[in-house]
Formats: sequence, C-alpha cells, structure tokens
Amino acid sequence: MKSSVDTNLATRPSESGRVVSLKTPDTVSSTKRIKRSFRQIRAENVFRRTLIIVALAMVALVLGIMLTLIFQSTLSIKSSGLGYLWGKTWDPVRDIFGAYPFILGTLLTSFLALAISIPFSFAVAVFLGEYYPQGWFPNLLKNTVELIAAVPSVIYGFWGLAVLVPIVRSFETKIGVEPVGLGIFTSAIILAIMVIPYAASLGRSMIHMVPSNLKEAAYSLGATRWEVIRSVIFPYTKSGLFAGVLLSLGRALGETMAVTMVIGNTSLIPKSIFAPGNTMASVIANEFTEADHPVYLSALIELGLVLFLVTVVINMVGKRLVGKFTNE
Amino acid sequence: MKTLKSLALAAFAVAISGSMMITGCNGSGTAPKADSSANDNAMIGAGSTFDNPLFSKMFSEYNKLNGLKVNYQSIGSGGGIQQLTSKTVDFGASDAPLNGKQDSALSAPVIHIPVTAGAVVISYNLPDVKDTLMLTPDVLAKIYLGEIKKWNDAKIQAINKGVKLPATDIVVAHRSDGSGTTNIFTTYLTKVSKDWESKVGKGSSVNWPVGLGGKGNEGVAGSVKQTPGGIGYVELAYAVQNNMAFAKMQNKAGKFITPSIASVTAAANIDIPADAKVSLTNTDAAEGYPISGFSWVLIYKEQKYNDRTADKATKMLKLIQWMVHDGQQFSGPLNYAPLSDKAVSVADAQLKTVTYDGKPVLQ
Repeated sequence: MKSSVDTNLATRPSESGRVVSLKTPDTVSSTKRIKRSFRQIRAENVFRRTLIIVALAMVALVLGIMLTLIFQSTLSIKSSGLGYLWGKTWDPVRDIFGAYPFILGTLLTSFLALAISIPFSFAVAVFLGEYYPQGWFPNLLKNTVELIAAVPSVIYGFWGLAVLVPIVRSFETKIGVEPVGLGIFTSAIILAIMVIPYAASLGRSMIHMVPSNLKEAAYSLGATRWEVIRSVIFPYTKSGLFAGVLLSLGRALGETMAVTMVIGNTSLIPKSIFAPGNTMASVIANEFTEADHPVYLSALIELGLVLFLVTVVINMVGKRLVGKFTNE
Repeated sequence: MKTLKSLALAAFAVAISGSMMITGCNGSGTAPKADSSANDNAMIGAGSTFDNPLFSKMFSEYNKLNGLKVNYQSIGSGGGIQQLTSKTVDFGASDAPLNGKQDSALSAPVIHIPVTAGAVVISYNLPDVKDTLMLTPDVLAKIYLGEIKKWNDAKIQAINKGVKLPATDIVVAHRSDGSGTTNIFTTYLTKVSKDWESKVGKGSSVNWPVGLGGKGNEGVAGSVKQTPGGIGYVELAYAVQNNMAFAKMQNKAGKFITPSIASVTAAANIDIPADAKVSLTNTDAAEGYPISGFSWVLIYKEQKYNDRTADKATKMLKLIQWMVHDGQQFSGPLNYAPLSDKAVSVADAQLKTVTYDGKPVLQ
C-alpha cells in the first residue's frame, strides 16, 4: 500500500557517473557493473526526472487545493471563529454560520452506510475470492458489482427518490415514526449500495492472494471451510479488507448528488436516523451557486475545508489502524 | 537528495502562488478580461436559471434575424452578478435586484432592465380535496413557520368553507438549493408576516424553521407529489407543465387570485420606479397574483470599460431592446409572463440612459 513513487526514488543509490546498477542495493557490492552508453543513461535520467516531477505535481496539487480552501475561507474563519464547528444554526440571511448539523449529518450517513454495506461487501468478497473464483455466475456477479461503482450517482439519487423513498416511507409508517421517507436512513441505504464495490473488489483480490499452502495446511489438519475463512483467510487479509472499508468510507463521505436528492436537506439537527438532515457536500452543492455575499461564500468554502480535513483525519487514523493490523 | 529537496520547495512555491492567483481572481475582480472584444458578433451572458429556457428561445430567434451569437450560461443569479462584477461577461441576469453588498462590490453603476416576469405557486397534495384550495398570506406564513401543522386547522378551514379538509399532517417542502424562486417566495412572506421577517427573513437560501428541502423545482415537486399532505412552492411554468394542483392566493386587495400568465402580467402593471428595482410581491394591482417577480438583465451604465468597442455596446443594447419588445412574443408559449406596458416603458427609459464614453448609445 505504501509504495509511493518518491520513497522508491529515495532508496535508490544516488547517481554517480555513467554507471547504473541493475541489481538490488543489497547485492550491489558484489555485482559486476555493466557499461551503459551515454544515451541510455541520459534516457534513464530523463525518465527519473519525469517521475519526480509528476510525483511532486501531485503533492503540489493537494497542497494547492488545501491552501486555496484556507485562503478563501479566512473571511468566514475570522467572523465565526472556532464556533463554526459546533454552531447549530445555519442562517445565510443573518450571516450566522454553524456547521455542526452538517458535520453530524455527514458522519451519521457515512458510518451508517458503512455498517449496512460491510456484511454485503465481505460476503461478495468471500464468495468470489474463496468459494467460486471461476465460472459464469461468479463472473456475472463480479462484473455486476463493479458496475455498481460505474453508475453515475445522480441515477442512484433518482432511483432513491422514485423507488426507495416510498418503500422507506411505508416502513416508517409501520414502525411508527414520522413517515417522511426522505432522510438520513434513506441516504445511508443509497450510500451503502454505492460503496459496496470498493470493499468487495479489494477484499476479493486480497482473498485471492492468500497463499494456497496456508489454506491447504489448514484443510489437511481437518479444518472446515468456515474455520479456514475465520482462522486463515480473515487474519491474513484483514489489513486489506480494512483498507477496502476505508476506501468505501472515503467515497461515502464525499458523495454529493445522490445524498442531496434523498436526505431532505434541512439545517435542523436530526433527532433520529429517520429524520431529514444534510451533509457538508450537499450543502455546498445546493447553496454555492446562489451564495450572494462574500461571508456566505466563504462559509461554504470553509465547509469544504472541514470536509477535506475530516477526510484527511479519517484516512490517517485508518492508515494507522491498517498498519497496526499488519504489524501484529 | 538535494535536487529532490529543492524540487519539493519549488513545488510548494508553485502551489502557494497558484492558490494566491485563484484567490486574487475572486477577491479583487482582476480576472483576465473577457476576450469578448475579440469577436464583436458574440455576447456572453450569465445568471438566472429561471430565465434560461426563455433566453435560449429568444437568442436563437435573434440569431436568425441578426446573426448575433449569444452565449448564455445559466449558472444562477448570484453567479451572474459575480461574473458581471468581475467584468467577465457582457451582461448578467438575475431574479433579484442587486442588494447593498453586491452594489458596493461593483466598480461602476449597473442598471436593471426588466425582461420577463414569473410567479411562484403553492402546490399541494390532498387527494380527496377536489376544490381548489384558497390560502391567505397569514396562513401561508404560519404553515411555513410550523405554527399550523394539520390540514384541518381552523384557520385553513375558515378560508375554505364547505371543503372537507383531512386531519393529515402538513408536510412542508422548500427548495434546498439557493434560488431566485426562494428569493421571491421569502420576500413575499417577509412582506406579509412580521413573524417571518423577524425569525427567518428573505434571501435565496434561508434558515427554514420546518420542512424538507428538495433540489430544484423537480425536487420540491417530487416531495409534494409523493407525500399525502405535502405543500411546496414551485415556479408557475413548472407547475403548469406538470399539471400540478396549485392554490389561489389572496392578494393585497383581498381577492383570491389563480396564478396564471395573465395575473402575473397584471401584477406587474403598477407604478414602477425609474430604476426598475421593484419587487412585485404583494402587488397593489387588484387582479395581480401576489407572489410574482421580475427577472432583470443587468448591464453597466457606462459601456466603455476594458476594451469594449462602441459597436459592441450598440449591438448589445439593440439585443436587449429587442428582448423587451419583439422578444416578448416568446414568453407566453413558454409560460413566462410578458412584460406589462408600464414595465416596457421603464425598460426603454433605462436603456436610453446607457452611455458609451459619456455619449448615449441609443438615440
């Protein structure tokens, strides 16, 4: 997971003339060096420089986005201060901006979606990775699941509005909560469907990569299939499975269009998971075009900054956890 | 390693300067000049999404007549005003007149020219009610404030005598995206209700005390259609095209008015101030529908800025003049309200004030 381009470059022996080692560093001292023509070496250097530039451009891009967000939101940061994060009112008319309902909405929908999607994505991963890796049906399933990721999110939103909302509404009538249909619960279901492929495909390839001698050893000791999955495959792949879940979460946090269409878009703090709410991404999408005074615009950009930071923090915590799993 | 470090530093510097440039653009309005002057036979406009269907029709017709190409970007009224402020477009279009903050951001005076009018209608979903519902401003405000919660509330029943209203909850729907429609609607409520004025106020996005937000007219319409007991506000044109039930509103004169193209035009037949910055909401006209509003084209009063030519300024003014007069024939079929006579004369007077290098453009 950590093989970014620049770490590879850093561990390479520094260029020291016209001789390039073709072997790995630990055997360098004992290898005979091969003479290379000047042109070949120059091509190598050009290639290396290109890689460095492209890699650094990525870093610069992300930093640039963050700096832009920070610069553009200074006006709002100055006027609202830290209270922006836990302010409960979002009133563009009076220039009172509190992002708490939206932060809450984003986290609620994303984690709820994750909770709903994990059983499905793990089931798909185990089914395709261990039980039926080949055949027409597994192929169909694999392609279908991958197709889920390819469908544009506005289509999910439309489907949610037309099909899912009435179903949720009748469900809400049955359990006796206010039958609105739109809300955090509906958004979480839509999001769950949208994020299944991420955890499922990564999980599937991870399970494929479990060395067969490990599994065969377990079988030869009399383990059942379930025991192999529980005691060999899951422990072996858990960092990969977790990384897949993290990928899903990242997608869920930022999803805008589908959520906007079914969440009910209210700035009130949701009272339950069936209540309407709002997420940071959908507030930005909704209000950006008509943000007609500078503080308002700046407050929306600050919302983008908060979303950016939330994503970064969750990713960092996630990476830590992945690392912990791998080190055990 | 040394080269790597210096490269990293350079990248960082590029990132900073890049973002500075972006902030600079939006902040001070020194954006690269519109290269519109390069081609005098093309105009760029930006703004109201409400105007877009009408403008598309008008501009394509005008193109057939005069060969002038107009590129209109329907990015929303607020966006149009911003683009005009930074002088990246030739004209803006907005459903709301410039507010104080937007005015002060401008480097030169901008004039408002009314081009069309629209209305916001109150749509509802009461499957068992066959008669057209009637609403008073007070009741509407109380519904949107969350004070009236049931359809069979005594206040609604009092207006609709003889109609059997169900005991269902009122499910309020509003626009979640900032919009001119919301602006007209909240401006109206602010005018007719002191409570609304003090608690919520007017704007293209407000802090709604109750209700579900739907994206666009279709989002609100969807909520209303799907939810028994739903109520929501949508543009007249959208409601007509989708055969939605809508309520009669009581106007200032006390009459209950069905929203229609005629009643919106009637609403605009009032004394319009010379700067045309007038809200038609809660109109004084006896036959006028009270939740109506103009849509304006915004242009600079002095057309010599950046490197615009006199020719270009003339062409643009002729275009707008055509929109106000001959162009109005395309309003009706698209469910926009044609301008009233008074509005047309104010628009003409406004156009005559436009100058190029201090001299009037239209004679």
